[in-house]
Amino acid sequence: MTTARTRFTAPQRLLHWLMAICILSMLFIGVGMVSTVTPKYLTLVQIHKPLGIAILVLVLIRLTLRLIYGAPALPAGLPEPIKLAAHLSQVILYALMIAMPIIGWAMLSAAAYPVVLFGGVHLPPILPVNPGLHTLLWHAHYYLAFAFFAVILMHVAAILFHKLVRNDGVFETMAPVLTHDRSE
Amino acid sequence: MDQSPLIPKPFRLGPFVVIAAVVGIAAVAFAYTAGWLSPHRLTPKKLVAGLAPPGGPALGHRRNHAKGICFTGTLNANGDGSTLSKAQVFVRGQYPVVGRFNLATADPNAADAMVRVRGLGISITTPDGQEWRSAMIDAPIFPASTPKDFYGLLTASASKDPDAMKEFIAGHPGFLTFLGWAKSAPWTSSYAEERYNSLDSFLFVDQSGAKHPIRWSLIPAAQPVPIAPGDLAKRGPDYLEQEITQRVSASPQRWTLVITVANPGDPTADPNKAWPADRRTINAGTLIVQQIEPERDGPCRDINFDPTVLPSGITTSDDPFPAARSAAYSRSYNSRTAESSYYPRTDAGAKQ
Ligand code: HEM
Ligand code: HEM
Ligand code: HEM
Repeated sequence: MTTARTRFTAPQRLLHWLMAICILSMLFIGVGMVSTVTPKYLTLVQIHKPLGIAILVLVLIRLTLRLIYGAPALPAGLPEPIKLAAHLSQVILYALMIAMPIIGWAMLSAAAYPVVLFGGVHLPPILPVNPGLHTLLWHAHYYLAFAFFAVILMHVAAILFHKLVRNDGVFETMAPVLTHDRSE
Repeated sequence: MDQSPLIPKPFRLGPFVVIAAVVGIAAVAFAYTAGWLSPHRLTPKKLVAGLAPPGGPALGHRRNHAKGICFTGTLNANGDGSTLSKAQVFVRGQYPVVGRFNLATADPNAADAMVRVRGLGISITTPDGQEWRSAMIDAPIFPASTPKDFYGLLTASASKDPDAMKEFIAGHPGFLTFLGWAKSAPWTSSYAEERYNSLDSFLFVDQSGAKHPIRWSLIPAAQPVPIAPGDLAKRGPDYLEQEITQRVSASPQRWTLVITVANPGDPTADPNKAWPADRRTINAGTLIVQQIEPERDGPCRDINFDPTVLPSGITTSDDPFPAARSAAYSRSYNSRTAESSYYPRTDAGAKQ
């Protein structure tokens, strides 16, 4: 779905950059926490859970905005395979943004842990306690986290390529402020 | 812009260097955070591996306190704990409990008389949906002062170097206090005759938000009857489980939940240091163990008695152990549940 706009709407841009910071933090917090036994472990876990659930809420809002407002068309001169890759990477990024928090939540449910967000606020379990399910989800959370990081690196490399090599206006569609002398 | 994006530009290396640098720096930062560039970092993986016997861990079982038996019952709170903590578990009432009596060994088939330290895992849930988990032992102090020292102790005791333990003790005299208890304290022939201690210090948070550094213990109603380890051995390798099963089916067993409040300056960060005996204590209620179930399909099997699962009204203190334990127990839980095909269970899922 595309729109005649040349930029994403302001709420879409705001959500993109806010979530980019949150998700990169989540990936670093995740690998950092499982590799330490210092008191930092608890602090990081206590950030990881609520921030992950916040990402789930934000991505649902973002998806709704995307369905309402669509996305600016990719540059006309872009070769078809690259266009396909661009679309595919967006689908994968959305899928991971939705799947990762749900897997995290389900993984804790299947392991009989309370899903505490902060203080007395906790979420209900979404799966019955089951070692097999827990193992499946734990592996999924682990491997998808690394896939997520790899896809983000590719996304960033691709965007930089558009900006620095082609300078074709793709970066400007999402730029927080206008960096290019185009108008809405 | 002077160039149309449709006309190919002459190749420039600069942008590709920038792109490679951005991606490369991000990847290295990620690898550093994950500990892949710091082989000396004490990770949960190393700490848990340190517990394994020379032949490797018993697959499917807890990596420590591997031998145990489930129980269910209630905590009958008398309301007195509410002066120190706002947690619902201290409000007068009866709350369901799932727990596990266990032996501090990595071998699920160890003979009872071979294991000096006994433990108890407990999970108490309250109607507000909150949960309090704890794993406690019968020793009055922990053998090490910090998680790092505990790892040092595990490494030294597994070492082939005959001087390794001597060197550890020379550097960590606190271990001798533990050894003194291990050598002199009487053994009993029942899980029901043991006192179980949190050892770690936590903070109770009261209604006004004030924090009180505390430790807690479960003190048995049953009178401890001393027995020599040799005599315990004669009763069979699994006597403790048979005994507690019979004892509880004959009548419920009770413990008093006692909260000990620290004085200013008491060592809260070191479970190797006991607090003076005259500290203020509060009797917060009674644990009643009503039913024993074997671990294999019992309600405690798939629970991780992670000591940092706390209701609001209890938080961790400056004691570094609960964080290290939480990280290590999670690692142990992930491993053992992934190895469930090695565990002698009789049905597919755990009862809830
Ligand atoms: C950290 C995680 C990130 C995620 C999950 C992410 C996700 C996405 C998604 C799903 C889109 C499609 C548009 C939409 O519906 O929102 C998009 C577009 C875009 N992103 Fe990101 N992004 C991330 C980080 C970054 C970073 C660090 C940059 C800067 C280099 C960037 C630059 C852009 C640009 C310029 C677009 C518009 C072009 C397009 O639609 O492909 N993103 N991003
Ligand atoms: C966008 C969302 C999320 C991202 C990007 C993310 C990322 C990560 C990463 C990178 C790890 C470390 C994996 C490893 O090296 O073992 C991790 C672990 C973990 N995450 Fe998440 N996570 C997300 C959401 C959640 C949520 C919502 C929860 C729970 C409510 C959660 C719970 C956990 C837990 C418990 C672990 C430790 C797993 C273990 O025991 O090894 N995560 N996560
Ligand atoms: C850094 C120090 C420690 C390490 C690395 C450690 C390690 C472990 C591990 C890996 C388990 C098995 C967890 C599971 O799979 O569910 C365990 C269980 C247990 N630990 Fe520790 N532990 C430590 C300190 C302590 C302390 C200070 C206490 C007592 C105050 C304690 C008491 C127990 C008990 C009672 C259990 C059995 C709980 C159950 O029934 O599941 N541990 N420990």
